[in-house]
Order: sequence, then C-alpha cells, then structure tokens
Amino acid sequence: MASTTTTVHGAGPFAGSRSFISRLREGDEIVRLITFLFAASVVLVTILLVYELWIGSALPRHKFGFHFFVTSVWDPIFDRFGALPFIYGTLVTAGVALFLAVPLGIGAAIFLAELAPATVSDTLEFFIDLLAAVPSVIYGLLGVFIVIPMMREYIQPALKKSLGFLPLFQGPAYGVGFLTAGIVLAIMVIPYIISVSREVLLSVPRDQREAALGLGSTRWESTWKVVVPFARTGIMGSIFLALARALGETMAVTMVVGNTPTISASLFAPGYSIAAVIANEFTEATGDLYLQSLIELGLVLFLLTFILNGLARLLIVATSQRGSEIQT
Amino acid sequence: MKRITGLLVAMLLLAGAGIVLADNPLSINGAGASFPYPMYSKWFDEYHKKNGNIQINYQSIGSGGGIKQVTEGTVDFGASDGPMNDDQLKAFQDKHGFGILHFPTVLGADVPAYNIPGVSAELTFTSDAIAGIFLGKITKWNDPAIAGANAGVKLPANDIVVVHRSDGSGTSYIWTDYLSKVSDDWKNKVGKGTSVNWPVGLGGKGNEGVTGLIKQTPNSFGYVELIYAIQNSMPYGKVKNSSGTTVKADLASVTAAAAGAAKDMPADFRVSITNAPGKNAYPISSFTWLLIPEKFSDASKRDAIKGFVSWMLTDGQNDTEALSYAKLPKEVVAMEKQALAKVQ
Amino acid sequence: MTARLRWRKFVSGFMLTMTGICAIVAVAVLFFILGYLVYHGGTSISWNFFTKLPAPVGESGGGMANAIVGSAKLLLLAALIGVPIGFLGAIYLAEFSGSTVAFVVRYAADLLNGVPSIVIGIFAYSLAVLPFKHFSTLAGGLALGVMMIPITLRSTEEFLRAVPRALREGAMALGASKSKTIATVIVPAAYRGILTAILLAFARVAGETAPLLFTAFGSRFWSPGWNQPTASLPVMIFTYAIAPYEDWHRQAWAAGLVLLGLILVINILARAILSRGIAVPRS
Repeated sequence: MASTTTTVHGAGPFAGSRSFISRLREGDEIVRLITFLFAASVVLVTILLVYELWIGSALPRHKFGFHFFVTSVWDPIFDRFGALPFIYGTLVTAGVALFLAVPLGIGAAIFLAELAPATVSDTLEFFIDLLAAVPSVIYGLLGVFIVIPMMREYIQPALKKSLGFLPLFQGPAYGVGFLTAGIVLAIMVIPYIISVSREVLLSVPRDQREAALGLGSTRWESTWKVVVPFARTGIMGSIFLALARALGETMAVTMVVGNTPTISASLFAPGYSIAAVIANEFTEATGDLYLQSLIELGLVLFLLTFILNGLARLLIVATSQRGSEIQT
Repeated sequence: MKRITGLLVAMLLLAGAGIVLADNPLSINGAGASFPYPMYSKWFDEYHKKNGNIQINYQSIGSGGGIKQVTEGTVDFGASDGPMNDDQLKAFQDKHGFGILHFPTVLGADVPAYNIPGVSAELTFTSDAIAGIFLGKITKWNDPAIAGANAGVKLPANDIVVVHRSDGSGTSYIWTDYLSKVSDDWKNKVGKGTSVNWPVGLGGKGNEGVTGLIKQTPNSFGYVELIYAIQNSMPYGKVKNSSGTTVKADLASVTAAAAGAAKDMPADFRVSITNAPGKNAYPISSFTWLLIPEKFSDASKRDAIKGFVSWMLTDGQNDTEALSYAKLPKEVVAMEKQALAKVQ
Repeated sequence: MTARLRWRKFVSGFMLTMTGICAIVAVAVLFFILGYLVYHGGTSISWNFFTKLPAPVGESGGGMANAIVGSAKLLLLAALIGVPIGFLGAIYLAEFSGSTVAFVVRYAADLLNGVPSIVIGIFAYSLAVLPFKHFSTLAGGLALGVMMIPITLRSTEEFLRAVPRALREGAMALGASKSKTIATVIVPAAYRGILTAILLAFARVAGETAPLLFTAFGSRFWSPGWNQPTASLPVMIFTYAIAPYEDWHRQAWAAGLVLLGLILVINILARAILSRGIAVPRS
C-alpha cells in the first residue's frame, strides 16, 4: 500500500485514513510480534524441558529398556539401576496421603460450601489458602522435629498394639518411613482438595438443592445424595490435582521418609520416593549411567504428573459445563 | 505502566551497581566429603581471615559428590575420603586432558556410634560383630556376638536399628573397606565403595544426617567420623583390631594406624590404612584427600589453592588436634610439598 | 415424627457437625504450624541471625546473613525472568492471539506449572550449570524464574480478559491503536489483579528448595556477583534441620519463621490488593 497523503495525527478515525491506518498497524505489529515472541518462549521452554529429560536419559533407556520399571535393585557399584522401589515409595506415600486427606478435605469443603455462612466460609477459605502457601521445606522442618518423634513415641506403638496383626503395621517403629511421609503429605495436599471441591460444590445450581429439600430430604441427605454426586467429577479432579502435588513433593518427603530404597508391606518401614532420591543423589552420581538413571526417574515423574494434571483439568472442566462457570 | 517500568529499571541499575561496586574477592568453590567438614570449615574460615580477598567456599555433599563435581568441572577442587579409583581417574583424564592429584589433609576415624536406652557404658565391638550387624545377621543388642565382648554390661533384647549413609560417602568407603577386609561375607555380598547396596538400615544424608538419626532413634547403631560423635556427645565403641587389642579411636591410635603407610606412601598418595597392623592401631582410620586438578586455566585460582595447601601443610596442621583429627605424618607432609609443584 | 425421621435428622446433624470438625481441623493445622514456628523461631531470632555469616561447623554464634541476601538475589533474578515473559505473553494471549495459538501456549503453561520442582532443577542444571561448568546464582534464578512463568502468565491473562468490553470499545472508538489501548486502558484497569498475580508467583517460588539444590548449590560466605554459588534460606533450613547440631536447629527454626512470615505477608498483601476490586482506569 503506497502512502501518499500527509500524515495526520489525532484526527478522527476517517481523516487521512490510509497512511494513518498503516502507521497504526505498524506500531501494533511490533507490539504483537514482541508479545508473540514472549508467549512462544513459554512453549519453547516447555519443549526444551521435555527434550532435555529425554536425551538426558538416553543411556539407561537403551540399556535397561522396560526392565528399568520392574527392577528393584539400585546399585551404583555394579551399575544396576531399577526404578521399582522409588515408584513404589512414591505411590505408597501418595496413597497414604490421599487416604487421610480426601475424607477430611471433602468434609471440610462440604462444610464450607453448604453450611457455613458466606463470611465464615470466606474467612476459613482464606486461611486454608495460606496453608497451601507454606513451603515444602517448612513442612519438612516440622516433620523432622515434631511428626517423627510423635510417630516413634506414640502413634506407631499405638497402631502396632491395636492393628499390629495387619502386615501394614508391623516392624520396628523408627519414626521415619512411609506412614510418616504420607501423613506430612496429607497435610500438604488438603488445601488443594478443599479449595477446588468448595468451588465445585458452590457452582452446583441452587435448584438442585432446593428440589431435594422440597422433596423432604434432610440437609445432609440433599448434600450427600444430590449436590456431591452432581459435583462428583469436579471433586475427582481436585483429588487428581492433590495426587499430582503429592507425587512431586520433594523436600518434606526427603526429610521424613527414611531414604532407603526398599519395598515393604509395612508402612512403618523406611522408603524412598522418586523426587527424594533425585534430590539426594543427583549431585553425587558418578558415572553417566547413574546420573542418567536419575534423570530417567525425573522423566517418569514428569509423565506421571503430566497425565494426572491433564485428567484433573478435564474432570474439573466437565463439572463446570454442567453447572456454572468456574475458574481453575 | 510507566511506574512499573521505572521500578524495573531502578532495580536493574541497583543490581548492576551491586555487581560493579561489590568488593570482588577471589571465590574458589570446592565440594565433597563430610568426614573432614568440621576441619575444612574451620580452616577455610581461618584462611579467609588471614587472606581477606580469598574466599574458599566448601560444600559438604559427600565424597561421591566431590568426585563427581570436580570431574564435571563445576567446582574448582573436590574432597574425598575414598580415593578415586582408576576408572574415575581415567574419566577425569579423558574429560579434561590432564590428570587430578590427591593431597592428604588429615587423618580421621570412623567410629561405631550407638544410642541404646539405659546403656551408657562404652561398648567393645569385634569385627565379626560389626559385619554381622551390618549384614543383618545380628539383629538384637543382646546377641552373644556383642554381649561376648562386653561382659558386665546389661544389653537389652531390643532390635538394632542400623544407620548408614544415603549419599555417596567416603565415610562409607572407609567403613566398607574395613568390612571387606575383615569379612569375606561382606566382601562378596556387598563390597566396598562410596555408595553400596546396604543389606539393612536407615539412610542419613551426610555425617550430619547419620549423627542426627542416631541421636534421635533409640537402639540405633551407625558409623560417623570421630568429631561428629564427640561434638554431639554420642557414645561410641572401642573396636578390636587385627592384633587383638581393643582400641578406642583417638589421636594416638589413629596416628599409629598411619605409621606404616607413612613410610611406604605411594607417589599418588592413594592408600588405605584400614585394619592396619600395629598393636595400638585403630582399625577404621583413614586419610582424607583434597582432589586438585593438575592444571588450572585461571592462574589466580591456582595460586590461591596452592597457597592454601602450603598453609594447610604447615600452620593448618596445628589446628587439627583440637578437632580430634590426627596430624599428617612428617614424611607425608614433605612428599606433599614436593607434589604441590605438579599443579600448574 | 416417626423414628425413621428422627434418625435421619440425627444423621444429618451428626454428619454436618463432622464436616465442621474437618474444616476446623484443617484450619487448626495452619495455626499450629504458625504457632510452633513463632515459638521456636521467635526464641532463636537474634541480631546475629540477620547479620553474621555461618560459623565453622560445630561452633555457635553464626547467622544466615548470606542466605538472606542470596535468596533476595535469586528472587530478583526469578522475577526478571518470570514477570516479563508471563506479563507480555499474557498480553499476547488476551489481546492478539487466535484460538489455536492460545490453546497451545496455555497448554504449555499448564504443563510447566505441573512439573515437579525437582525436575525443573534437573532442567536448569543441564541448561545453566553444565555448559558453564559452574553452579551459580544465575542458574538458581533461572530455575525459579521458569517456575514463575506459568503462574504469572495464566493469572495475568485472566485479569486482562476480565477488563470490561466497554472500556476496550470506548478506547477504540476514540481512535486509539491496539497497543495504545493496551498500554493506557486495559493494563491499568487490570493493574491490581496483575500485581496480585506477580506477588503470588513470587511467594510460591520464595520457598522452593529442590530446584536450588543443584543450581545455586550453597555457600558459607557472601556470594559476589551472579556467577558464583550462593546460600539461600530454604536450602539452609534443609541443611541445618537434618544436621545434629543444636545451634543449627535453632537457626533453622528462625529461618523457617522468617521465610514463612515473608510468604504469608506477601499472600495476605496480594489478597488485600485484589479484594479492593478492579481499579477504574485513571485518565
């Protein structure tokens, strides 16, 4: 487009239109380009991350292949690496965490969404959001000085006495172990379950509740049998979110799990998780196979959390499409 | 918008000023063994006080970490109580095109520390007992293998909680090196190294972590460097050496263990003095080494490190005994002074 | 009232009370954590803590001055990386992009957000430590910055989108170009939300330890410039907590209190700013 007319600034939108518009577009183009580059860099960083993980784990992938996931030996001296104890530990600690956090979290979310008056609900939610902001290393600190002694002196012996016939609660009470890590993780993920579940429950349309109450149900019945099932998928989503967080937790777990790559039926046994072994052994992994095996563990963790997060989002969005719009 | 940009620019200028104006001391980074960490942290602190423009930053990440990071080149020097093996030396040579040298700094000892409720007496351990416990064969404190060496001490029938290192450790190397020498079972099943496949036990990170675990866990038994047990008032046992004497780790017994090695020190200083012969030798003693590359591209760093090593070999040796590390034998010091010239 | 109805009413009351207890337990944990930290940390905070360097191992009287400064430098770097990318990227998403590009960018950001922090550490190690053969403040700042990106991006985008259409259309009607509209109308309108987003992202990375373990590494001294390893509060807490020295435990509590206090203050501040509502653009 040839600009032949004089440039007229600030005149109305139709005066000296051609050159004015092309000038406009130029300025906009630059801004558009710059912001596009920054947005694209986000994608670039993500791709680079996956790429680094992939090529960084080439050696063990070729050497061990699928066996990596079913071998339970982790022997740096004889160069035999297997991910099984770490996958086991990661899943067990996360499982214990969810076992404790889901009932508590959903219960609290029900209270906040259905029962509490708006101000109480908002205030409590505020505090629970603060709980989510507490860093992992501080949970670790409290875990080391409070939870471990408590487990060793009181909780583990009590469990042993009462439920010791189960293989879950056998073995010496060290204080550290799967159960301790699970408990600390539970505290860490409760806020996620509560805040997302609360939002999802709040988004259930009023008429659902009112219909149930109109038919003569009690408060609890309308909540448990109508509202919660309606928000079921969203609540599932919050659980997946919490699970993804629990799987990736590093510092709190490292400080209380016992740092021993074992697979044991007992929750009292010391264990290891993927994130914890990477944190402990990365700076000292001599030899390429050792280091790359750790990176492959990182890749495994990444994939696990990736899948879970994706599922979580899908479920939460699915709920929102049934009710009103919610923000994740 | 303008305010935000203005704020950002101000922050950037401040940061830039920080870099330019900051008094830039020469910063040297090292990493590795936790075994000598109390000694090194004292030395580097002293050295910094004497030479204010040189800052030697040492991170205790375990001997395995020291070897790894110095080979990667991410730190200027490493530290380890397990000497680098031939494969590791070759790996360094292949990566950098020149070699890496070992410089012994002090002598220390791994002691068997324990925390048995109700038992404050000093226990004696035979090599069989230690091997048996760490192999998982001896599981209770009142087992005859332990009780036999400790007549008169009432040991409870509690399960032993074994504590070992979770990270790559020279302290572990010393311990497993000793066990490999005194127990064929251990040698075949587990072997020696900085990071082994421990048959039983909890893992602690660093000497610090193991000490912490032992202190907090009743009925525990683990190995730590002598000064950690002393600084934390932890009971530790005597060990029966190859001559049959029961020896407690201290300056005299550790020095005795090094006596033989001092006379026959190999040129590269890599030597093991565990299970050393000698009536009063403590069997789980060891040298600990600084791992210094043969060539430095930065002359000021090289001079600073060489300066430190020279200081360490002379004045520095006077500080060791206060922290229960034994001095280097005179012969070894003389050899090292000569070897220092190899660092270019 | 039949027996059955009475039972149902009882169950209702009981279960709802239980849910109330759940909520109270959850909140009580927060206060318990705070209380414990204030008690143990408060008694350990001293002038030494803020001004002295760490003492040699086993000696008391050291402090965490270098860790405090180190954390400040790391967070500054993280903000320099995370905020521009998040902010400008969000502007692109909200104002310029088509739906496919927007989907891809948002997907990438969500993916990045879900990556465990230790894996980000591995990433920063291969990118910024290995090639330069150096642990450094830069590498640590990079790791934290990468973690800040998705948080700032998504939140800023939400707030930009929330600006009412009327404002945009008004600006366009007055003849402003797109970029001028963004700069003078939309961003100021979303200003509070954007600030909140940045503060929350900041608070999130301030407490991160794992990614610093093999990037910023650690130091017992002041860290000059940006190319040397540096101490940081979270890593110091970790190192001191697992060690056996009582003095170090006390310092760990103090550091924990300082760190948590900082993070909570930022969170509360962010929410306070947001709750005042979206600001009307100033002329």
